[in-house]
Amino acid sequence: MKDESIYAALSHRGVSRRDFMKFCATITATLSLPSAFTPKIAEALEKKKKPYVVWLHFQDCTGDTEAILRASNPSVAELLLDIISLEYHETIMAPSGKLAEKSRHDVITSQKGNYIAIVEGSIPTKDDGIYCVVGGRTALSIAKEVCSNALVNFTVGSCAAWGGLGSANPNPTGAVGLQDVVSGAKIVNFPGCPMNPVNLVAAIVHFLTFGSLPALDSRNRPLFAYGKRIHDNCERRAHFDAGQFVRQWGDEGHRKGWCLYEMGCKGPEAFLNCPTVKFNDKTSWPVQAGHGCVACAADHNWDKVYPFYGRLQKVPGFGIETTADKVGLGLAAAAAAGVAGHAVASSLKKDKDCSSKEESNK
Amino acid sequence: MARIVVDPITRIEGHLRIEAQVENGRITDAWAAGTMFRGIEIILKDRDPRDAWIFTQRICGVCTTTHALASVRAVENALNITIPSNANIIRNIIACSQLIQDHIVHFYHLHALDWVDVVSALKADPAKTSALAQSLSDWPLSSTSYFKGVQNKVKTLVESGQLGIFANGYWGHSAYKLPAEANLMAVAHYLEALDLQREFIRIHALLGSKNPHLQTYLVGGVSIPVDPNSQNALNADSIAFMLSLSKKAQDFVSKVYIPDLLAVASFYKDWAAYGGGSGNFISVGEFPSDGTLKNMWMPAGIIFNKDLSKVHPVDQSKITEYVTHSWYEYSGGDAKGKHPFEGETNHKYSGPKPPYDYLDTSKKYSWIKAPRYDDKPMEVGPLARVLVAYASGQKQFKDTVDAVLKKLGVGPEALFSTLGRTAARGIETLVLTEMLPQWIGELAANMKKGDYTIHSGDKWEPSTWPKEAKGWGFHEASRGFLGHWVNIKDKKTANYQCVVPTTWNASPRDAKGKRGPYEEALVGTPIADPNKPVEILRTIHSFDPCIACAVHLVDATGKEVSMIKVR
Repeated sequence: MKDESIYAALSHRGVSRRDFMKFCATITATLSLPSAFTPKIAEALEKKKKPYVVWLHFQDCTGDTEAILRASNPSVAELLLDIISLEYHETIMAPSGKLAEKSRHDVITSQKGNYIAIVEGSIPTKDDGIYCVVGGRTALSIAKEVCSNALVNFTVGSCAAWGGLGSANPNPTGAVGLQDVVSGAKIVNFPGCPMNPVNLVAAIVHFLTFGSLPALDSRNRPLFAYGKRIHDNCERRAHFDAGQFVRQWGDEGHRKGWCLYEMGCKGPEAFLNCPTVKFNDKTSWPVQAGHGCVACAADHNWDKVYPFYGRLQKVPGFGIETTADKVGLGLAAAAAAGVAGHAVASSLKKDKDCSSKEESNK
Repeated sequence: MARIVVDPITRIEGHLRIEAQVENGRITDAWAAGTMFRGIEIILKDRDPRDAWIFTQRICGVCTTTHALASVRAVENALNITIPSNANIIRNIIACSQLIQDHIVHFYHLHALDWVDVVSALKADPAKTSALAQSLSDWPLSSTSYFKGVQNKVKTLVESGQLGIFANGYWGHSAYKLPAEANLMAVAHYLEALDLQREFIRIHALLGSKNPHLQTYLVGGVSIPVDPNSQNALNADSIAFMLSLSKKAQDFVSKVYIPDLLAVASFYKDWAAYGGGSGNFISVGEFPSDGTLKNMWMPAGIIFNKDLSKVHPVDQSKITEYVTHSWYEYSGGDAKGKHPFEGETNHKYSGPKPPYDYLDTSKKYSWIKAPRYDDKPMEVGPLARVLVAYASGQKQFKDTVDAVLKKLGVGPEALFSTLGRTAARGIETLVLTEMLPQWIGELAANMKKGDYTIHSGDKWEPSTWPKEAKGWGFHEASRGFLGHWVNIKDKKTANYQCVVPTTWNASPRDAKGKRGPYEEALVGTPIADPNKPVEILRTIHSFDPCIACAVHLVDATGKEVSMIKVR
């Protein structure tokens, strides 16, 4: 078996040195590293063999797979053919049935402790896990076998990280995230609905370059992607501070790009780098397209920051020092209290329309 | 007699299992089983119906946007809301681009490897491949050196020993018929299509913030503002951006996808005799001319027993779902079907305990229910739409279908097959790429007139709603007829039910033991090597399965839903 570096694979595919360096620069920026790191990342990619990857689908919608198919810099073709060696992925792999299972079995035995597992979808635990079965085996047993022996596990999307949509009340199948069923395994969570492929690729490259994982928060999310609040990086933040709010869909403020807080935006309780990395080749992200954030990456957003068009009763913190960990605690406290009955932030009290709107949304 | 099992069926969305009886090299009977279940509709109960689309869109990330559209239409139907012109056009543009993108990905990335032997491409003469490609169209990426480059990429991959997704494929199988040169051309287009789909779908990001899982629907319209005098709204730039991407897709489809489809079909004409299915087809129509949803560009209708001489009208009250062979229980017994408004589903697994080798298909064997129209199994999807449009005399479809049939030298009866299903998807994509610039133009015309309205806001506040309301929303999604039914009581969702394209197509048997369309289509299919059942994949993939969509549930037992859960 001939080993080949990622850069060699890319250059065989006609990727120029210039494009390769551009890709390395994008990754450096996404990882929030100084640009001096670009050559180091390039050097690592020139030396490393493609890592083996097993991608598992459980209770999912394949949205995170679709997201990775939309990856740019590198494009999906480069990613799937040159940067990683994707040994098992039900949506795109050639073989089916027994030969597909052979692909999975081969890599987890021959590369034991050495492969990356990527998990998409929640894992049902109720009734012995009967609600997700692949090849006659439960998701629960496959996850334990594959993920316990992986070098590292990446969960993609909120379902694999927290249980996601399937675990929304009343959680009919006992759906949970990977970390609740595999103990002791190294797990990095990329919640979001879908997760942003830019962040997954950046973390993989970080891992290949430095031989270690990027810094994580207490819920195992990479800080470079989940360390900042959407509200603090939002392009519409100035309108929030100035009290300029959209009041009706399509009104003048909406057309001018004013703040969506009153239309239910959950940006103040959401931690992700959407405003900076955006989606689909940096084309847009929800607030830019005129709809409030639904905090899709937050643990149990389906119950905790609900309803989606109701205005947040409280905007936690005003400084950029607020972290996902702190807000997570705040949300749990608010949930425990039953209904959030907190006063609106003082700067908003000036706005009389705000107060009347607050009543109607209670 | 041998029973073969294919699980997981790959290159689809979701978890599908096929069991088949094979006798003398042919399938004599087959069973399709969905093996994953989430229960999204029970989660919707007691929530704000304006939010339902955000949940239902997550039923599927491959057919992203389709469940969102059906959901807002259902709630709008219940509350008697007519959306403004801009919202209707924007929804049409989103739906049209979704169909185009989804079909391209299906043909190249989910279906092509059933017909194309990747490893055989290594043996191709790039000069002959170039000549072949240039004889088919004037697509610029067709030189000898280009194909040599692609061949080198395949060679590098194979020699690296890290074959990734191509490992353990059925390469060298006797069912592969394409010459090496055609295989090389197809591999090149597989890679090109990966780039095209990524770029083209930026239309969705522009209109809906991201793909998958767009965030732009609203009950009453859309949330992307329209204003040619603002940088924060759709403006002249946005129109130009969309037209440019639309042109790229049109070029690719007319110069690459359609010629590839015809070339592949000409080597696999025997597949016009396999995979016929249930012979009944339903389409509910799509692309309304305005917010009243009365006039659809793509017609609604039903064809029974492959009879193209008569198109029957659709009556939603004739739809029922059976659970006789599905892991659910009905309170009135499992022998009778139920209309979605009476939708009742109590999930109860009764299959073998995993790990298992075989399902007991004489009993319940799938998480997918069995929808029937007037008690008949129905096929939905591009073939159903194309047949209904063709039989209705819709000019664009009639002309394109006739041209394709003439080119292949076959009659309309060839459409009732695995190959026909795959061809219909291509035909639909071609016609849609011609229509897309027209809808983009309609949006520009509205902007020019000064019409910036995107939302009908008078029924936004729940205080304006009646105490009780119910309605349905239909959409022709990539994989076919999608229906959502909603009951609203006291401003909350009291009951929600989806009948989804793959639920129709992948349905198990009903109370009378009638097979679903996948099962029926597999009967008679030849199997050369039971260990490498590429023939099963051909027919199943021709339907483009989406199992996450197909398995859904509403629990009408009314379990208490508390909105706040503390972990």
